[in-house]
Amino acid sequence: MHLRRRTLLATAATLAAPAIVRAQGDTPIRIGEINSYTAVPAFTLPYRNGWQLAAEHVNAAGGVLGRTIEVVSRDDAGHPPDAIRLAGELINDRKVDLLAGTFLSNIGLAIGDFALQNKKLFVAGEPLTDALVWAKGNRYTYRLRPSTYMQAAMLADDAAKLKAKRWVTVAPNYEYGQSAVKWFKQLLTERQPDVEFVGEQWPALGKIDAGATVSALAELKPDAIYNVTFGADLTNFVRQGNTRGLFDGRGVVSVLTGEPEYLLPLGEETPGGWIVTGYPVDSLTDPANKKFIDAYKAKYNELPKMGSVVGYALINSIVAGIAKAGSADTEKMADAFGGTSFETPFGPALWRGIDHQSTLGTYVGKTALKDGKPAMTDWRYVDGASALPSDAAVAKMRPA
Amino acid sequence: MGFILVQFLTGLASASSLFLVAAGLTVIFGVTRVVNFAHGSLYMLGAYLGWTILSALPRDPAWFALGVVLTGAGVAAIGMTIETTLLRRIYKAPELLQLLATFGVVLIVQDVVLKVWGPDDLTLPRPRWMRAFVTIADQRVPVYDLLTIAIGPLMLLGLWLLFTRTRWGTLVRAATQDREMVAALGVDQRRLFTAVFALGAGLAGIGGALALPDGSANGQMDLTVITDAFVVVVVGGLGSLPGAFLASLTIALLQAFGIVLFPKITLVLVFIVMAVVLVLRPNGLLGRPLAAARGDANTPALVRAAVPALRWLGAAVLLLAALAPLFAGPFALSVLTEMAIAMLFAASLHAMMGPGGMVSFGHAAWFGLGAYGAAFAVKGLALSMPAALIIAPAGAALAALLFGGFVVRLSGVYLAMLTLAFAQIVWAIMFQAVSVTGGDNGILGVWPAAWATDPRTYYWLTLAICTAGVLLLRRILYAPFGYALRAARDSETRAAAIGLNAAWLRLAALVMAGAAAGLAGGLTAFAKGSVFPGYVSIGRSVDALLMVLLGGVQSMAGPVAGALVYTGLFDILLMVTDLWRLVLGLSIVALVLIFPQGIAGTVHRLWLRGREA
Repeated sequence: MHLRRRTLLATAATLAAPAIVRAQGDTPIRIGEINSYTAVPAFTLPYRNGWQLAAEHVNAAGGVLGRTIEVVSRDDAGHPPDAIRLAGELINDRKVDLLAGTFLSNIGLAIGDFALQNKKLFVAGEPLTDALVWAKGNRYTYRLRPSTYMQAAMLADDAAKLKAKRWVTVAPNYEYGQSAVKWFKQLLTERQPDVEFVGEQWPALGKIDAGATVSALAELKPDAIYNVTFGADLTNFVRQGNTRGLFDGRGVVSVLTGEPEYLLPLGEETPGGWIVTGYPVDSLTDPANKKFIDAYKAKYNELPKMGSVVGYALINSIVAGIAKAGSADTEKMADAFGGTSFETPFGPALWRGIDHQSTLGTYVGKTALKDGKPAMTDWRYVDGASALPSDAAVAKMRPA
Repeated sequence: MGFILVQFLTGLASASSLFLVAAGLTVIFGVTRVVNFAHGSLYMLGAYLGWTILSALPRDPAWFALGVVLTGAGVAAIGMTIETTLLRRIYKAPELLQLLATFGVVLIVQDVVLKVWGPDDLTLPRPRWMRAFVTIADQRVPVYDLLTIAIGPLMLLGLWLLFTRTRWGTLVRAATQDREMVAALGVDQRRLFTAVFALGAGLAGIGGALALPDGSANGQMDLTVITDAFVVVVVGGLGSLPGAFLASLTIALLQAFGIVLFPKITLVLVFIVMAVVLVLRPNGLLGRPLAAARGDANTPALVRAAVPALRWLGAAVLLLAALAPLFAGPFALSVLTEMAIAMLFAASLHAMMGPGGMVSFGHAAWFGLGAYGAAFAVKGLALSMPAALIIAPAGAALAALLFGGFVVRLSGVYLAMLTLAFAQIVWAIMFQAVSVTGGDNGILGVWPAAWATDPRTYYWLTLAICTAGVLLLRRILYAPFGYALRAARDSETRAAAIGLNAAWLRLAALVMAGAAAGLAGGLTAFAKGSVFPGYVSIGRSVDALLMVLLGGVQSMAGPVAGALVYTGLFDILLMVTDLWRLVLGLSIVALVLIFPQGIAGTVHRLWLRGREA
């Protein structure tokens, strides 16, 4: 028993050795990054490419405050307790200056709470839950992506233009799906008071019974459908919906479906005319986007996905905050991040002081098939700042 | 009316898909008694391999059929490899060790699939015939659904003919009834088992390939499908093909209509069905009581107290652990804290499944109830941490007492699956009652009391409580109660004849195990500062099972050794390599092959070999 453990630790030390060697040098600023690399590889592997590219760019340009940056990355296996343990490792053993990353909302919240308890800065990339910056927001936690509320708000304007009366919703049966539906109902009703939500379906995440779900929705004879499913569930839902004609003559509003991660697997089955949030990577030509896309293509030989943008912007947003703080000291950073503007592939964005949400927006457009390939058309960029509630409303939601 | 008919047809199609996967699992279990956790992985390999093969073939129906058959053959070959290189070597090991081995395979396959096919979901373009539909009562029904509906019963018929009308099938059935007798009559069991495993794997592969037109090949499908397949097999009655078919029908139809009436029931429906069936019919719908396998590994030796050398070793390790805060940093301490908790958690499961003879697939239920109990106590009732650490085991024990009455009537895998059903129902409540439990976002801010926030203090506290818990369990299991419990496990009739009440003994063991697991859960809540539905998940139950099996069921030191090795291995691998699943899976497979009696069991045997000769 005794011997075994020692052998094991020795093996582990050998495996970890390159990281230790790399960690020495002229004291770079260390970012401890945690994400669900094995649990959600479709999003997180392009995301990793994104932050690696950004770190390269930052260091090539001389780093920040005269120091290079170094990202120490960990896989949380999709489990909050493991993420918390690794956050401890990064802070205590790797001596990172701040924490960053995460994909799943529950892990984002857990690390946010850990950051508060340990007084370390945490810059969340992807988790969409509103609680992260509102109900459970804290001094040390910032979040980059447009939240569930913001995604719903961005879609609600276009949804109201459909002038559809009878709506049904379909969403994965967990907190993300529930908030996405709750906000959409509320925001659409504000814009179109006569709207009626006549039914809902709550498939278990990853286990949708697509045929039964589709025919249950069709039976309600809705005018329009609000979809929150994504990934494998979305593929099944779309295929059954196409065969059974669920989408014919009905408006569909769908969260995140325009992101290449979720859109590309739909292939030639991509239904036309869905109103979605996403990333029209193949048709963006403005300088900021083009520069990023070209650099990404040059390095990885493929088009970036939404995850790549998040990874890239995450590092930029952190570097900008550190530059403004003038130091990697936690308290100074926690104060200085609010009000800092930073560059992203989508254009400039800002860390809001009031709730630590960034104003990074996303694209709203319609799904289409272009040369047999899924794409977004009629898109426009919606700035995150325009999709947030009033400051008074935000202040009310955040704990003092 | 039209809607009901269409929903009925949709349900039939889902039933067929379910049956295809479950059929392979039930065939494998019926003959080899292997609880094949990797069946979902074989299904996933079927989808990926099918994607590769079908993408290369023309899109006509005949080519599609050929591609599906080829995929089945390919996955059967993979299954054959797994059986001959791994499982064949451990048939003589205690039951369920194969489960551990197949779990290693699950981890390996996950990383292999990611490396070979990449991270993106893979979809097969559907030609026109796959998208076609017929209109029934003004509603569209996909032609592919109708095909699927036909395939299920045809497959059942084919398998029935194979098993009842061929010599090979007769031998397989004979082996299902009495393995030793078939072997004694000169039938090569090994080839029979290999063939059956390959058949089961091939069915899973076909199931995976046939699922492609309705969706995608993705890296999560192995674990999504395995639980449903197990539920079908158990509800139908282990080893019964008609039972599996009936169970598939029941579950799929209830699902199809259930989501219309109660849209949020999706998480828990199958487990409610399983719980109800097992409570009413303890051997599933069409199952027969299992004939106990004779001889070899299944009559465990009497567990004796550890030899002095082992005790000294244990004391030395404990001393070292107690001194750890003097030289270990905060992170090392957090790992050690986890190890201490894992030790108690594994020991609590061992008390149930070793001396109690009740294998649990849902041990996380008690762990999770303890964690949530502690969180509610401090966040909801504003109680102190010590009070919460009393409520945690008490709450879990109470739940175990209420639920245990149903469990102790069952045995074997049925019992294990009923505990799983209960755990899943608890999980669904924690997951769905967002206003009370925070749903999957959990309850945050459950940090230790001010006097215990220092990681060293909390570690010492945890170590003291967990060590005391483990020693107490050990004391109880060496007391007359423990011997009575083992008597009831080894021969219920003889135990009854000397006046022991097996049901009460088992219930007491279950409550005791529940309390200990609840305490481990409570300690985890404060160690992590939060609780999540993940604490009640299947993954957590499997962790406990892995730790006990890895360490060895047949000794009190086993679960402790297993917990330390597994937790240490997992924590380190996760930190140092992206391919931790591959390395962990290979390590588990290697450990299973090196220590077929579990680590403690094998070491013990080697120790004796030098001395008793």
